[in-house]
Amino acid sequence: MDLDPEGIFRDDSDSDNDFFQEREASKEYVVYLVDASPKMFSPAVTDEDEKMETHFHVAINCISQALKTQIIGRSNDEVAICFFNTREKKNLQNLNGVYVFDVMERESLDKPTAKLIKEFSSIGENFMNSIGSQYGIISGSRENSIYNALWVGQALLRKGSTKNVSKRMLIFTNEDDPFGTVTGATKKDMIRTTLQRAKDAQDLGISIELLPLSRPDEKFDVSVMYSDLIGLEAEEVSRFLPSVGERLEDMTTQLKKRMFTKRKIRSIWFSISNDICIEVNTYALIRPTLPGAILWLDSVTNLPLKSERSFICADTGALLHEPPKRFHPYRSESVVFSTHELSQIKKVSNVQLRLLGFKPLDCLKDYHNLRPSTFIFPSDEEIFGSTRIFIALHRSMLRLNRYAVAFYGISAHPQLVALVAQEEIMSSSGQVEPPGMHMIYLPYSDDIRQVEELHTAVDCVAPRATDEQIEKASNLLRRMDLKDFSVCQFSNPALQRHYGILEALALGEDEMPDIKDETWPDEEGLARPRTAHALEDFKIAVYGENHDQEEAESMASKSSASEATKKRKATAEAAVGKYNWADLADNGKLKDLTVAELKHYLTAHNLPVAGKKEVLISRILTHLGK
Amino acid sequence: MARGREALILLIDVGPSTHGVLPEVESVCSMLVQKKLIFGKSDEVGIILFGTKDTDNDLEKEVGGYEHVVVKRNIKVVDVDAVDILQNLPRGTGNGDFLDAVIVGMDMLIKKYGITNKGKQRLCLVTDAKHPIKAPSEGTKEDQVHIVCQQMQDHGMRLDCVIIRENSSETASQKIIDENDFLLRLFTEKTKAKAIYVSNPTALLGALRTRNISPVTVYRGDLELSSTMKIKVWVYKKTSEEKFPTLKKFSDKAPPTDRYATHEVKMDFEYKSIENPEKIVPPEQRIKGYRYGPQVVPISPAEWEAVKFKPEKSVKVLGFTDASNIMRHYYMKDVNIFIPEPGNTKAIVACSAIARAMKQMNKVAILRCVWRQGQGNVVVGVLTPNISCKDNIPDSFCFNALPFAEDIREFQFPSFSNFPSSWQPNEQQQEAADNLVKMLNLAPDDKEEALQPDFTPNPVLERFYRFLHLKSRLPEAEVPSLDRSLKRITEPDPEKLSECKPVIENFRTQFELKENPKKKKSSKRAWREKSSVSDEEVGADSKVPENGSAKLIENSSPEKVQKIGDLNPVQDFEAMIARRDSSKWVRKAIKEMQDYIYNLLENSYEGNTYPKAIECLVALRRGCILEQEPKEFNRYLHHIYEKWKTTDLVDFFNLIASKSITLISKSEAADSEVTEEEAKNFPVKTELYGDSDSRSQILTS
Repeated sequence: MDLDPEGIFRDDSDSDNDFFQEREASKEYVVYLVDASPKMFSPAVTDEDEKMETHFHVAINCISQALKTQIIGRSNDEVAICFFNTREKKNLQNLNGVYVFDVMERESLDKPTAKLIKEFSSIGENFMNSIGSQYGIISGSRENSIYNALWVGQALLRKGSTKNVSKRMLIFTNEDDPFGTVTGATKKDMIRTTLQRAKDAQDLGISIELLPLSRPDEKFDVSVMYSDLIGLEAEEVSRFLPSVGERLEDMTTQLKKRMFTKRKIRSIWFSISNDICIEVNTYALIRPTLPGAILWLDSVTNLPLKSERSFICADTGALLHEPPKRFHPYRSESVVFSTHELSQIKKVSNVQLRLLGFKPLDCLKDYHNLRPSTFIFPSDEEIFGSTRIFIALHRSMLRLNRYAVAFYGISAHPQLVALVAQEEIMSSSGQVEPPGMHMIYLPYSDDIRQVEELHTAVDCVAPRATDEQIEKASNLLRRMDLKDFSVCQFSNPALQRHYGILEALALGEDEMPDIKDETWPDEEGLARPRTAHALEDFKIAVYGENHDQEEAESMASKSSASEATKKRKATAEAAVGKYNWADLADNGKLKDLTVAELKHYLTAHNLPVAGKKEVLISRILTHLGK
Repeated sequence: MARGREALILLIDVGPSTHGVLPEVESVCSMLVQKKLIFGKSDEVGIILFGTKDTDNDLEKEVGGYEHVVVKRNIKVVDVDAVDILQNLPRGTGNGDFLDAVIVGMDMLIKKYGITNKGKQRLCLVTDAKHPIKAPSEGTKEDQVHIVCQQMQDHGMRLDCVIIRENSSETASQKIIDENDFLLRLFTEKTKAKAIYVSNPTALLGALRTRNISPVTVYRGDLELSSTMKIKVWVYKKTSEEKFPTLKKFSDKAPPTDRYATHEVKMDFEYKSIENPEKIVPPEQRIKGYRYGPQVVPISPAEWEAVKFKPEKSVKVLGFTDASNIMRHYYMKDVNIFIPEPGNTKAIVACSAIARAMKQMNKVAILRCVWRQGQGNVVVGVLTPNISCKDNIPDSFCFNALPFAEDIREFQFPSFSNFPSSWQPNEQQQEAADNLVKMLNLAPDDKEEALQPDFTPNPVLERFYRFLHLKSRLPEAEVPSLDRSLKRITEPDPEKLSECKPVIENFRTQFELKENPKKKKSSKRAWREKSSVSDEEVGADSKVPENGSAKLIENSSPEKVQKIGDLNPVQDFEAMIARRDSSKWVRKAIKEMQDYIYNLLENSYEGNTYPKAIECLVALRRGCILEQEPKEFNRYLHHIYEKWKTTDLVDFFNLIASKSITLISKSEAADSEVTEEEAKNFPVKTELYGDSDSRSQILTS
């Protein structure tokens, strides 16, 4: 039972926040178990041109990428990194062949730090010296490194209750048959104890996941041993099978996708008609990642400050608790609402998602958008048969080119939505677009502005391009085509820079990182003769031959025409002469002048005049070189 | 009339043929005026009705004619009387002549403001335009429209027409309708006028922009195809969400006699150091810290300014790509529109050429935008052509922001084809779904598209502003329920449903839904299901008859308990449930107590909260018997039992049993469905009673 399941008692202001940050009450503890056996260090690709890439490197890359993402987005989650099949050992139980990687000022299972990420990503170079690699399971010895690794992992995950923390172990390995070298009763025994160890961990609420690394010529067979270990049912095995990528990058992308748990926003009921209600889960696949919230610190001690909010009655000055009532001014009086009334106003529908009908896809215009979409995937958890209905509707909508219009009635933000069916799209690197529906938030009439009509001239026809001009434009489009453009191929330069700076400062580095802005146009490509030619052609077609010259002339005439500017400047210059500015600046008398007088100085020297008085003064001081 | 203010005359047809939609006309027009009371207090409003029984206008007195046109309100600063007039429109008897009304309205504006006033002047015509307009004494109707247009043009007036055409199979002659449409179109061509046709009451509510927002450009400057080829454009917001108004916090501390009390609440923030909570740290001693993992990095604004990302203002085309490459669900934000610089023919032609080429080749452009100098980030987005269908509007582009790599979460989902065959629809089922999708069509060929975003009002805001007005009159008023036209937004159209009944029936018989017996649904679900059966109570579930005696009690009780606190939960609960000023308190008290106990148990550590929880549970039980709400208690007890019976909290239930806290039986409260025997046996017998009926309604198939 959720205390406030619909969020109706929350303020408006934070309901929006909620949308972007989703409720993530639970933390996550992850232990990465990385196989470090010599097999992991054999080249993964046979291609000679490529750099010697090993599966070990792939795993390290994936993990450090994940850590970087995590430190930005979910810094409360805790991680531990643990190698097995190592020469050295380092773990609390002092078990052989298991090495828990760690840095200073950090517990083994803890939040990721800048230092951890830095040291971990560069581990490859001296791994052999400091930790070393060797097969942990060899015939003749009863040593079982997988068993040990699972044990260490489980011990690391002992802290925290499973109620509010989800615990996972992720195994990276390329060995599908770790007990292949042993035979007979020993083998049976080892498998049995290992499986029992895994089951014990799972019984404690720890989920074990496998990230198999495979080679094109050598398929990873999950069924040999790992399907039992991670507890896959027979039919699931087929779904789980890693699709072997042709290229190493494909595998890396696949791994990356699987390293994060799917977090649903909520499970909702989708009412198709009055008595047909199916269950669907919603997911936020696309949400803007913003730089984290700031924290106020005491500049002397650098310790965080605690903020205290108090409500004060404006009339009496009395201290209040959070007032339960709100008001809105209306015709010179205040109309008072209770929070209950407000939540009632917002409760326009009792059904979470209700189908209203279908429309052809071309009714969904490009401007019918307000916020990032939400993904919907069916679930049979509470109502059997939901998925079947969902799939049937999904297919029909795709086949008939229709989208569904529905009312999304959550009380925090009830809204009309479009449900657009998305077919599954696969590529060599796995799933590109998952199958399901995307919920697109539609605007209401008051949210749409008729901007086009703003500048209409009465009784005159707007000029249109001629066929020849359109032809030239088409030619240009062909020249400026972006091959293989994919959405989200750019990383956000502002965000990269933000965290780059923080990382550098956190590690105490002096050098600020240089972040490449990937969003710049391809100037080289534009300068290619044929593209340049197409551009020029189009320019002449729409602007005429002498456009640049005309522009320059009109600019010149414009600047000469602005008498007012000239006049303003002249008065400013005259006014400036009244004072000895250097003197004023030296004696700190600038603040005695009026803003208008300060602005005279700025205008006279062609400086910007925007800002508050202090800003103006500091600008003048800089200009005077003080 | 100052700049930015608007003079508006509403021209409303109240003739017999409009009576069916007059309630919606009343609401949309009064909404318009209400919003002016809030957002445009100095706007001026006049009201003219036509199709009335009587006649009352200046032109009739001066020159004769102009019958059945009544000036209900002269142009004056907006006030609440205008709302009252609009909410109680008379039903007229004559057939409206919209041209007469337009002329009367225009005459009023000219007389009031003359030619010197440059303020915005607008006429807003609401009519069904089904009846013939009178032929003028000289010239044709067309000539007359030309003259009127010229006049309007000279005085800078705008005309917005909303034409209601509910169903075409009416008695009205098609010839007259065609003629009227032609005249109205003439207006849109010859002057600043707009004609909107609506076919249902819901669309009528959305047809009039009830709030005037003067658009501001986001960017003015070059759209750079390359360093040498640039197009001058202006960028505006095309969509922008109108938010639920932010209400101020209300303080009731001021004495009721204080007529000038603002009732406002000020918020005060204080920052205190953790080491010494007594010490308040002054603002100048604070510094911003940015989190990086567990570390917090302090950076002063000056340092930050020196290193942060500072792109130059510009809008650059990165290139073009196939439209199919950019899927619809990647659109991130509200939408911008790029229009060529007004009056710049070269820019208009260049935009037109690119837009049409994009349309023909099915391409879109990818842009990198920095709208303002000093903006801390860049926006990458997609530009799609927006080909104009009106002759006097230039071609333009829509712009949608796209996500960056960091904004995407790549979760993997199973393929539908990998699901077991029991989850796959068979042929008949697929056909049933196909038929449903086909038949439940909101945009059939022969009819106007229903629920177009452009004509769909926001039901929440509609309801809020209506309630605001109502409450300013009757402070005790209740939240009104959604009326029929707003319900068309939140619920399917019953007409459409009955039309598609066989298809829906077939769909239902084809598919079977069953609840998962392992998962007991939570109480939250049960509540929802019940209400999904009937939506009648939406917004009306707090109907509280207020009477004099109840008020007396309210005034005499010195301190009203509003929530259950941690200190004396039992007393709070008892005080709250005993409140008689509104029946909602009983419900609220029970709910709060349930939540409170729930929390206690959820946070218990080795049973340390059990005594308190027991105490509360006893109080809750007592309260539920007293208030005759046995089901509330029984369901709750079942619920927590179901939830925790397998966890270590199970010993709490043993404790309950030992304290002989049982379900409430019939003998204790008549409403209970639990016999004494069953009550005693709990928690051994664990069937749910309360909501089995609602479940069956959902799942009957």
